[in-house]
Amino acid sequence: MYLIKNLQYHFMKDLGLPALMRFSQRTKKRRPKKLDTCFGPPLTSTGRLKEIMTRHYLLSRYAEGARPVAWVTSGAPVELLRAFEFYTFYPENHGALCGAQKVGSELCEVAEGKGYSQDLCSYARIDLGVCFSGRTPVGKLPKPDLLFASNNICQTVVYWYKVLAYHWKVPLILFDTPYNFKDIADSDISYMVGQLEEMIPVLEEVSGKEFNYQRFQDVIRLAKEASLTWGEVLATMKARPAPMTIFDAFGHLAPIVSLRGLPVALNYYRVLLNELNDRVKKGIGAITDERKRLMWDNIAIWYKVRDLSNRFAERGMNFVAATYTNAWAETISYLDINHPFESLAKAYSLVILNNNLNHRFELMERLVKEYGVDGLVIHSARSCKPYSVGQYDIKRLLMDRLGVPSVVIEADIADSRVFSEEQTRTRLEAFFEAMEA
Amino acid sequence: MKYFLGIDVGALSTNAVILDVRREIVGYSIVQTGANSTEAAEETLEKALVMANIDRAKITSTVATGYGRISVPFAEKKVTEISCHALGAYYLYPDTGTVIDIGGQDSKVIRVGDGGKVLDFTMNDKCAAGTGRFLEVMAAKLRVSLDELGDLSLQASQEVQISSVCTVFAESEVVSLVAQNHPTEEIIRGLHRSIVNRIWSMVKMLGIRGAVTMSGGVAKNRGVVSLLEERLEQPIHVHTEPQIVGALGAALLALRLAQTAT
Ligand SMILES: Nc1ncnc2c1ncn2[C@@H]1O[C@H](COP(=O)(O)OP(=O)(O)OP(=O)(O)O)[C@@H](O)[C@H]1O
Ligand code: SF4
Ligand SMILES: [Mg+2]
Repeated sequence: MYLIKNLQYHFMKDLGLPALMRFSQRTKKRRPKKLDTCFGPPLTSTGRLKEIMTRHYLLSRYAEGARPVAWVTSGAPVELLRAFEFYTFYPENHGALCGAQKVGSELCEVAEGKGYSQDLCSYARIDLGVCFSGRTPVGKLPKPDLLFASNNICQTVVYWYKVLAYHWKVPLILFDTPYNFKDIADSDISYMVGQLEEMIPVLEEVSGKEFNYQRFQDVIRLAKEASLTWGEVLATMKARPAPMTIFDAFGHLAPIVSLRGLPVALNYYRVLLNELNDRVKKGIGAITDERKRLMWDNIAIWYKVRDLSNRFAERGMNFVAATYTNAWAETISYLDINHPFESLAKAYSLVILNNNLNHRFELMERLVKEYGVDGLVIHSARSCKPYSVGQYDIKRLLMDRLGVPSVVIEADIADSRVFSEEQTRTRLEAFFEAMEA
Repeated sequence: MKYFLGIDVGALSTNAVILDVRREIVGYSIVQTGANSTEAAEETLEKALVMANIDRAKITSTVATGYGRISVPFAEKKVTEISCHALGAYYLYPDTGTVIDIGGQDSKVIRVGDGGKVLDFTMNDKCAAGTGRFLEVMAAKLRVSLDELGDLSLQASQEVQISSVCTVFAESEVVSLVAQNHPTEEIIRGLHRSIVNRIWSMVKMLGIRGAVTMSGGVAKNRGVVSLLEERLEQPIHVHTEPQIVGALGAALLALRLAQTAT
């Protein structure tokens, strides 16, 4: 049985799905004609990205029985799981997808109907809504054999994954990362390394595979290189005009989040990087008339990405940096194949959401300088408390120390019911007036 | 002679200011917005024209602001209240570094730079807490008029603590305070304190710079202004007609618009 499933998985991955997808290339939604003049030519890599991500989601149907399946938080050290060949599913990434396809709110309502509070992160509500209703835009989610969460991004995931463990009756592995108030201590590292080592027997049992150190090192290398390449991809936006916008990058982020440690992610970013470098050489910008360069703080407002992107492009404003997209270029590059466990502990405990506000300010200060940022758009996300707390302090500091103006938009990552069109418009218009004055 | 018009269509009041070429205010008016903002804009313009004693044809350019700015068909340009309050306050008090506008449906704090330029701002428009609407609801519950609120609260020797910031909850809290025979003045002072605390937290987000100017209808309430002065530990500029500051800024922009056009 396993053998057949395994063969089927491989066939679909390498031959079946790519062929199927070529068949069903849907006609793309086009942006309004009048806006076409604001944007440069679209990136050709985007087609490849869609292919990779669609294949990843479709493949989940063949994963059950062929591969051990794990549901993983975005900040968990997935590299360890890759050494056991888990098929990984990222509820947060899926939540973003639901948000972008504007079905986030109705899935949230399913969870709310079961008693989950509206104040709970919408990624969690969407995921629970999917579990309870079986509805998802990707057809069907693969049933997990294991849940893997790390509290380096928030405490929400701890409780959310406990609910998942209860719902699916599968084991939950939790990676506990001490918050970095000032400096990371050796005792913190050894505490985390101890946890990683303890996971190995559990992973062996769930996957039925023995731990292979060399394979693990391979994954570490791939993850590190992909992260470095992603960093180079982002760095192309230092050019004037920037060859890509952050709104594009929100999409191109998917492989580094959910396929990290696999060759496909690295290969993809090499292709993308080539294209971007070529655009820089030819002076092709993401928007045709780049007059102002902006930075974005916090997770995207998934159901508004296209709309916002148009609104800013119309005014010659391009987003060239974001703390969010930067998060996957920042600490994963600390990985070291010679010290895989220690470096994994370090890389994952120093992520932006597990790090102090001072670090965050310094990071933003650096991005402002390196990318020539003229203004900052701060998304205060109702879902994400760890990301949204402290934003007003940062806003004030950036104004006081660097004279960089900013605007706060109160919204949410995937639950569009929280978004107020009128209030957002007033704030943005006032920001535009201040930037253009 | 040429004249320049600014119209501010707010959630509660619609205001007009007419300037002459020397940037002097020659006419202004304040009317209720009511259900039809286009009509309110017409009405306020008529009144301001009467005060200025000029013909409508003399108006060279018009800028509209406020939530209802899109419903002023004759305006050449629409600009947000943030920019307009900053400009208006700077015109009245050139030492202004911070503007606090508390209107009917939102409140905002604006940091102002040279020439009345907006450097930074923050707004509360998610709920009625910390806005003029909150005070209107409470005044109605206490059966006092808006004009009386200020004096009554200044008379109070003590104050009652209002624990809810939410308008709906505060309203029921006030009902029970009245039932417990707390003096009206003390309740009002407590309500003012609650507004001031909300505003204070917004001010702290931006940090205070230079002199503070208050605009919007709530600035007419001496009770709120004096508690806020106490809290900020500095005096606050308040114009005799704080509701026209936004329209004034719009009129200044109308003048600028006409000058750059020629
Ligand atoms: N005479 C008065 N005494 C005290 N307070 C007053 C008086 N007149 C109005 N107010 C307060 O001012 C508020 C209205 O302010 P304003 O006219 O500036 O609002 P607006 O500009 O229409 O609203 P917004 O700016 O939110 O759209 C009222 O809610 C009330 O609390
Ligand atoms: S609370 Fe924030 S960090 Fe946690 S899952 Fe939600 S969006 Fe992610
Ligand atoms: Mg107003």
